[in-house]
Amino acid sequence: MRTAINKETLVLHTGNEIDQQFGALSVPVYQVSTFLQDVHGHGKGFEYSRSGNPTRDALEKAFAVLEHGKCGLAFSSGIAAITAVFMCFSTGDHFIVSDVVYGGTYRLLTKVLSRMGMTVTFVDSSNLAAIEAAITPQTRAVFVETPTNPVMAVSDIRAIAALCRKRGFRFIVDNTFMSPYWQNPLLLGADIVVHSATKYLGGHSDVVAGLVVTATAELGEEIHFLQNAMGGILGPQDSWLLMRGIKTLSVRMEQHERNANALAAWLQTLPGVAKVYYPGLASHPQHALARSQAGGFGGMISFELTTPELAEHFLSRLKLIALAISLGGVESLICLPAKTTHASFPAERLKALGISDRMVRLSVGIEHVEDLKQDILQALSNQ
Amino acid sequence: MDSNEFKTVAPGTPGVMGWAGKEPLLAGAGPGTRCVHGGAAPDPAYGAVAAPIYQTSTFALLDIRTSAGFEYTRSGNPTRARLEEAIALLEGGCGAICTSSGMSAILAVLSLLEHGSHVLCPDDCYGGTFRTLAHARQVHGLEATFLDMTDLEAVAAAIRPNTRMIWAETPSNPLLRLLDLAALAGIAKARGLLLAVDNTFMSPLLQRPLRWGADLVLHSTTKYLNGHSDVVGGAVAAAAGRTDLLERLATLNMTLGTSQSPHDCALVLRGLKTLHLRMRAHEANARALAAFLAAHPAVARVNYPGLPCHPQHALALRQQEGFGAMLSFELKDGSQASVAKVLRALRWFTLAESLGGVESLVAQPASMSHASMTAAMRGRIGIRDGLIRLSVGVEDPEDLIEDLRQALEGRTPPSVP
Repeated sequence: MRTAINKETLVLHTGNEIDQQFGALSVPVYQVSTFLQDVHGHGKGFEYSRSGNPTRDALEKAFAVLEHGKCGLAFSSGIAAITAVFMCFSTGDHFIVSDVVYGGTYRLLTKVLSRMGMTVTFVDSSNLAAIEAAITPQTRAVFVETPTNPVMAVSDIRAIAALCRKRGFRFIVDNTFMSPYWQNPLLLGADIVVHSATKYLGGHSDVVAGLVVTATAELGEEIHFLQNAMGGILGPQDSWLLMRGIKTLSVRMEQHERNANALAAWLQTLPGVAKVYYPGLASHPQHALARSQAGGFGGMISFELTTPELAEHFLSRLKLIALAISLGGVESLICLPAKTTHASFPAERLKALGISDRMVRLSVGIEHVEDLKQDILQALSNQ
Repeated sequence: MDSNEFKTVAPGTPGVMGWAGKEPLLAGAGPGTRCVHGGAAPDPAYGAVAAPIYQTSTFALLDIRTSAGFEYTRSGNPTRARLEEAIALLEGGCGAICTSSGMSAILAVLSLLEHGSHVLCPDDCYGGTFRTLAHARQVHGLEATFLDMTDLEAVAAAIRPNTRMIWAETPSNPLLRLLDLAALAGIAKARGLLLAVDNTFMSPLLQRPLRWGADLVLHSTTKYLNGHSDVVGGAVAAAAGRTDLLERLATLNMTLGTSQSPHDCALVLRGLKTLHLRMRAHEANARALAAFLAAHPAVARVNYPGLPCHPQHALALRQQEGFGAMLSFELKDGSQASVAKVLRALRWFTLAESLGGVESLVAQPASMSHASMTAAMRGRIGIRDGLIRLSVGVEDPEDLIEDLRQALEGRTPPSVP
């Protein structure tokens, strides 16, 4: 008898499957704000839904298991989750963050947390020396996205974790692009994992949510305090939808991966396509690293067209693939990062990072891959 | 990105992007693409990628006797309309109705028949169908003959002057016997009868009865179509060209008040988006389990159409696009004590009614789904106490096989990690 459960089974059966009272196979939606208590203020584990709710609790526990952490916490958006993680720090603290971090995280750091006297240095986190060079006496944390959005640079989670351990920094990984199905940063030495659960975890483009998982119970306590104090919690209905999404995480991620692998290789052969960014391609500069720290390469592909005019023509002609922000849903979505997800970056910064107006980012859905190819071909044509 | 960097237009402004022309593509798209995009044209008001849930009972009229297509949610609701469109697309029909349960879908179909009509029904039909037909006999004067429909001569011989419908379920529950849909459609057509097929066990991904000549196809969407054990629902799709039946069904759904709620429709629509992936995983697991059980010394027989030894394996290959994930097996020791021991020892398989969810379920048909049949009738069709039915989920097959092994061999289960 194997002692470990396979991950396909784990996503289905992680304490979120059977209601204690009536045996319902789906966790009940506790759409309630408050809970009865006795005269001594003792409840049955829940007092008020901001501090804790049975439906959200089921999600948080299940997700902690999936990310191999001690404590899970659910928030009303990915940005609310990231905000709570940064609010653990204080005025004067300094962070080192991936230079092509998601535009929303960049905005939070440079326009909101900066007002509280927190400072940040953005570095190419795929270069360990660049991280070391950015360290100041005030540095308290390193925050990376890997692969990065949208240029798909891969950072070495193990190496950064070792550096952070040595220097006493907190190491935070945004694992949205990979999902715990492919990558488990806590197993590689990270302290905190954050997710925009809106993406692959929810997976159906119908929930906005964020999740945090901590490596230790102490860190979990610290963030739970902020979750309750700041109130950026996820509602019971959305918690339930998220759990429902996670039940098909394994089958969805496998199909996203299959489709993305096929499309990335195929896109390289198209005349209008100048360059393809996908860690699964052997030509990707960190292909070996990606393979060593993740079980798959995910469903996100960026590619550059030969001209900005072709990029615009292409986007306006796609029929099956919708032009929309967000990613990780069952349906394929596409966007022009320079004008949407990363529009909050100054123009010179976009240029330095290689995010041109010829670059499109494709979130590969779970449709039939031939239908996606057909759509891309007709949109690239001059008809 | 900041939202004020977008130029905004009035809600409802038509899109100029290519996706505005997505709909005509769907008919020719692959089954997986149809699952993801069926009924999912971006919302015309704001372009929301997920269909809005129109949780409303009624709609403001634009003028006296003028509506934007919907007046009252019992008769029509935009969220339900999207699900109906998606199911019709998957089944290849002219349209569909969605009902509050699989039983209400059955009720709607039987309500197409006038008083005194006669229906032919398989003798190993779903227990709920059996109960409804018994009820309809008393209340609505609907007569039914239950027979072994694999015997086509018996089917033809059972037709009476007042026979109006052939009811088919294939594969059957829980014995996984198959009916030849093309042959039944031939008889129905020649004798002017309707052929209604309950396609719950297969889903439109694995079997499309309308293709074989059925007039109506039914689903308990509670099962594979929704797939997450969290909605109770039903659907009926009418064959291409049978808009007359579709219109009558829509009227019945409104008249009987059986239409499905907007929220549940949105959940089923969400379920459909992964139907192709789930069915693939369900089936791969079922094949592995069937092979394991067939080779196990404690098992007397396995009923699964995917096994080459299944007497109708060739028909399954011809008629179905897969074998599905329902199977049943009989223990050599068919005593109640022995069955109870196995059922109690299983850990990944939950003892529960229903089927088709992501999680594996186990049932004893004689005491559960088919308890409304008489013991004599169960005995005649072969549903013995020692029969165990599995609804194979999408867990890892090794975990499921190991669970069956320990339960069948009576080993002390190690503690769950």
